[in-house]
Amino acid sequence: MSRFLALIARDLRLVWRRPGDLGMVLAFFAIACVLFPLGIGPETNLLQRIAGGVLWCAALFAALLSLDRLFLADFEDGALDLLLAAPFPLEMAAVAKCVAHWLTTGLPLALLAPLLGVAFDLDGAGIAALCLGLLLGTPTLSLIGALAAALTLGARRGGALMALLALPLCVPTLIFGAGAVEAATTGEGLATHLGLLAALALMALATVPWAIAAALRQAGE
Amino acid sequence: MAPVLRVDALSCRRGMRRVVEGLSFALAGGETLLLSGRNGSGKTTLLRALALFVPAESGTITWRDRPVSEDPDGWRRDVAWLGHLDGLKGDLAAGENIAAAIHLQCGVAPSRAAIVEALERFGMAAAVDRPVRSLSAGQRRRVALARVALAGAPVWLLDEPLNALDSAAQAELTAALTHHAEAGGLAIVATHTPLDLPNARRLELAAP
Repeated sequence: MSRFLALIARDLRLVWRRPGDLGMVLAFFAIACVLFPLGIGPETNLLQRIAGGVLWCAALFAALLSLDRLFLADFEDGALDLLLAAPFPLEMAAVAKCVAHWLTTGLPLALLAPLLGVAFDLDGAGIAALCLGLLLGTPTLSLIGALAAALTLGARRGGALMALLALPLCVPTLIFGAGAVEAATTGEGLATHLGLLAALALMALATVPWAIAAALRQAGE
Repeated sequence: MAPVLRVDALSCRRGMRRVVEGLSFALAGGETLLLSGRNGSGKTTLLRALALFVPAESGTITWRDRPVSEDPDGWRRDVAWLGHLDGLKGDLAAGENIAAAIHLQCGVAPSRAAIVEALERFGMAAAVDRPVRSLSAGQRRRVALARVALAGAPVWLLDEPLNALDSAAQAELTAALTHHAEAGGLAIVATHTPLDLPNARRLELAAP
C-alpha cells in the first residue's frame, strides 16, 4: 500500500512541476465547449438539448490529450523498467498511475464543467447531473485511456492509434454520461444513468488493470 | 563457496532471433561477473531475462536453491537494476528520484541523510536538490548508480554502467562494486570497458 501511495505521490509531483500540461487540457476543454454556443448562436433550446453530448465529447477529447504523458515518459526515460523490476504487482502500479491521472485530469475537468454548463444555459439539475456524471465517468476514461496508451508504447504515430483504440471503448460512458444530463433537464430521474456510469467504472477497474499490466510487460520486453 | 545464483541452459529470443542459447553459469556470494561480447551478442537480453523483463524461452534461474519462477517477487526484492536508460525523471530533483525509486523497490522511503550519503559516494551530493533535467548525462548516470547502491539489494544487474562516465566515476564504480562484493553481494555487469576488478569473473558472449 505504501508503494501504491508513493507512486501516486510521485506522479502528482511530476504534474505539479509542469502545471502547463494540465492547464492545456483544461483550456482545450473550455475552448472546445465555448465554440459551440458561439457557432450556433443564442438558441437556448437547441443549446440545452445538445449540452450533455457536446460537453461530454469535449471532456473525452481533452482527456485523450493528456494520455500521451501517462506511460510514454516512463517508457522513454527507463522508469518503466523500474516499475517492472519492483517487487510490486504491475496491476497495482497501473491502478496507481490511473488514480494519479484521474486526480490531475478527470477531477479538474468535472470541477470545471459546471462553469461551462452555464454557457449552454443548463439549469441547476442539469449542471449537477453533468458534474456527477463526469465524476463517475472520468475514472473509466482514465482506465481505458491508460490501456490505449500502454498498448501503443513504442508504436510510430502512437497518438493517433491511441485515439482510435480508446474512443470506441469510451462510447458506453459517453452515452450514459450525456444521457444523465438530458434526463436531468427533462425532469426524469438520473439514478439509472449515474448507476450505470458507476457500474461501468467498477467493471473497468476490475478488468482493465490486468490488460494494462500485460501491455506494459509486452512493451518492456 | 556454494553458488547462490545458478543459471541453467538459459535461452532467450529477441524478436524472431535467438540471441542467448543454452547459457549456464553459477555465482557464489561476493562474486562479480563481467559480461562482454560484440554488439548484438545478447548482453542486454541476458540481463533483461535475469531481471524477468524478457521471458526465458527455456532454462531456469535459481536463486538461493529456489527457481525464481516460483517466487518472482522474492527475486525482484533482491535485485537492483540499472539499464541502458537511467530511469530518472527530469522534473524531479536527484534526491526525489532516488527516494521514489527506493520506495518502490524496498517499500519504505529512505532518509535524506542516507540519500545524501549514497550520492556522496558518486560525488553527486551537491545535486540532491537539483532537478535531474539540469544534470549532464554522466551526472545522471552517477545519480542512477547511487540509487542502485542505496537499494541494498544483494544482486546488482548493471547494463553498460560506464555509459557517459568519466574516469573518476569509473574508479568510484569500481570501488562500489568491490565494496558490494566484500559485503557478499553479487553483481552481473555488461560492459565494453575493462573494469579494474582483479577478482571478477568474465564471460564472453559469442555472437549467435
